[in-house]
Amino acid sequence: MGKTIAEKILSMKSGVDARANDIVIADLDFVMGQDGTSPLAIQAFIEMGGLRVFDPRRVAMVIDHSAPSPLEGVSALHKKMRDFADRYDVMLYDIGEGVCHQLVPEKGHVAPGTLVIGADSHTCTYGALNAFATGVGSTDLAAGMISGKLWFKVPETIKFVLHGELPPGVFSKDLILYLIGDVTADGATYMAAEYVGEAIKALSMEARFTISNMAIEMGAKVGLMEADEKTEAWVREHSSLPYKPVFADPDAVYAEVREYDVSKLEPQVAKPHTVDNVSPIGEVAGIEVQQCVIGTCTNGRLEDLRIAAKILEGKKIHPRTRLIVAPASRQVFLDAIREGIISTLVEAGAAIVTPGCGPCVGTHNGVPSDGENVIATSNRNFKGRMGNNKAFIYLGSPATVAASAIAGKISDPREYWR
Amino acid sequence: MSLTGRVHKFGSDVDTDAIIPARYLNTSDPAELAKHCMEDADPSFPSRVKQGDIIVADKNFGCGSSREHAPIAIKAAGVSCVIARSFARIFYRNAINIGLPILECPRCVDEVQEGDTLEVDLRQGEIRNLSRGKTYLAEPFPAFMQEIIDKGGLINYVKEKVK
Repeated sequence: MGKTIAEKILSMKSGVDARANDIVIADLDFVMGQDGTSPLAIQAFIEMGGLRVFDPRRVAMVIDHSAPSPLEGVSALHKKMRDFADRYDVMLYDIGEGVCHQLVPEKGHVAPGTLVIGADSHTCTYGALNAFATGVGSTDLAAGMISGKLWFKVPETIKFVLHGELPPGVFSKDLILYLIGDVTADGATYMAAEYVGEAIKALSMEARFTISNMAIEMGAKVGLMEADEKTEAWVREHSSLPYKPVFADPDAVYAEVREYDVSKLEPQVAKPHTVDNVSPIGEVAGIEVQQCVIGTCTNGRLEDLRIAAKILEGKKIHPRTRLIVAPASRQVFLDAIREGIISTLVEAGAAIVTPGCGPCVGTHNGVPSDGENVIATSNRNFKGRMGNNKAFIYLGSPATVAASAIAGKISDPREYWR
Repeated sequence: MSLTGRVHKFGSDVDTDAIIPARYLNTSDPAELAKHCMEDADPSFPSRVKQGDIIVADKNFGCGSSREHAPIAIKAAGVSCVIARSFARIFYRNAINIGLPILECPRCVDEVQEGDTLEVDLRQGEIRNLSRGKTYLAEPFPAFMQEIIDKGGLINYVKEKVK
């Protein structure tokens, strides 16, 4: 009986013949925490009696969620991380370096066939690189930092087969929003998602990260893709790690196989207050928005900023709306400056904030007011997410958000996409 | 180990931002986190919750972020146990790791009402609704997880393994 990608990677890393629903203890290739979760992990590390991390080259902490610190309490938590990194010699990516989920792949810490945990739910992003990467909490992170191992329940897999070609003005964000709307917020809970088919192969690595990033929004543990020539080119450019692409066996056993034709897909928008509350653009077009956000670990990469700049070039944002742009990393920011993208966005009226999580998680950088509507390229629209439980958050692609910023209301990007 | 508590009932997809909003994550102090527990789902919850109370929720409880502050806030607020139709994966692990008792029991969720009194035997996974005279059996945990639960969480479990 064949195996899925998840079963194969967990078999390799645990040294046993791992099958869905088995519990295995597996070796970790990389371990990451951010400033929301690392302080508790440091506390757990001490309580567990940790004396050292298993391998300092395989442990990173990233200050991205509230960076630079907006509050005294947060400053103390950041200091705790910096002191820990100094003492135990682990990598620290400080303010302005970028969002953890851009940095871990960009800095070459992940490659096909690797096993990664991160104390952040969107760690599943690296599944686009054919890595088994999953989010954990702080206590699991501490156990992983000390031992280099963690226990996993081997997930069953749902396979998404995506046929056809996305139409102009429709992007990978629209596709993943559509899939989440279809399977719902808990449709893949405790499971792995595998995304395959010609629609995935046609996407750039950057666009693929967007899809794997949001696997958690359907409850999935990982959002896996197969490695192809684009994956290999990306890994060769960013990493010196040895790697072994992992493919599912033709006779692998799936919990479910779902097939879709993407060739008639329209831009999609998730409405307040759940990510699976998804509509085609036509049903929400015209809703006024007071704040527009482009960035985050979902859509803050160079390609995303390029798409936004293409729509905003020579235009001004609507006087009754604000546009906040957070590049996903310092490298993305620098590349965007060199390409002239940042000038285009700033001339259109954008406020550029520090590379990092931006306003997504509601700790700083653009908390909306009571009753305001926000459209963002981020991955969550939960009530209170951006720091105000009386605001309303819509989610869309960078193109949809850029078009909405010009019109001051939710707009179909295809009207601006030439 | 048996717990008795009064029920606070919640719906589906209660996310970690509702359990403890990120705007309060400027501290790791459980008592501070408890003051804002469930605030964005029910603003009156922190003032109404009493020691030993039980949260009963529908499907996908704890979806969203990996913040361990969520089960910590619930535990520090005095909640003795969370019963749901299903839990989101990371919350499920985090709750077990920090020693917050959780049980999956769809039938109990279907029939329980706000304010009912439940008696829960964690070892047996037995839930008795004292207000309605009904008894339910929750889904059992795999043996490996039960071992972590029995040790009171992952920290104690790791400490014993290291010894």
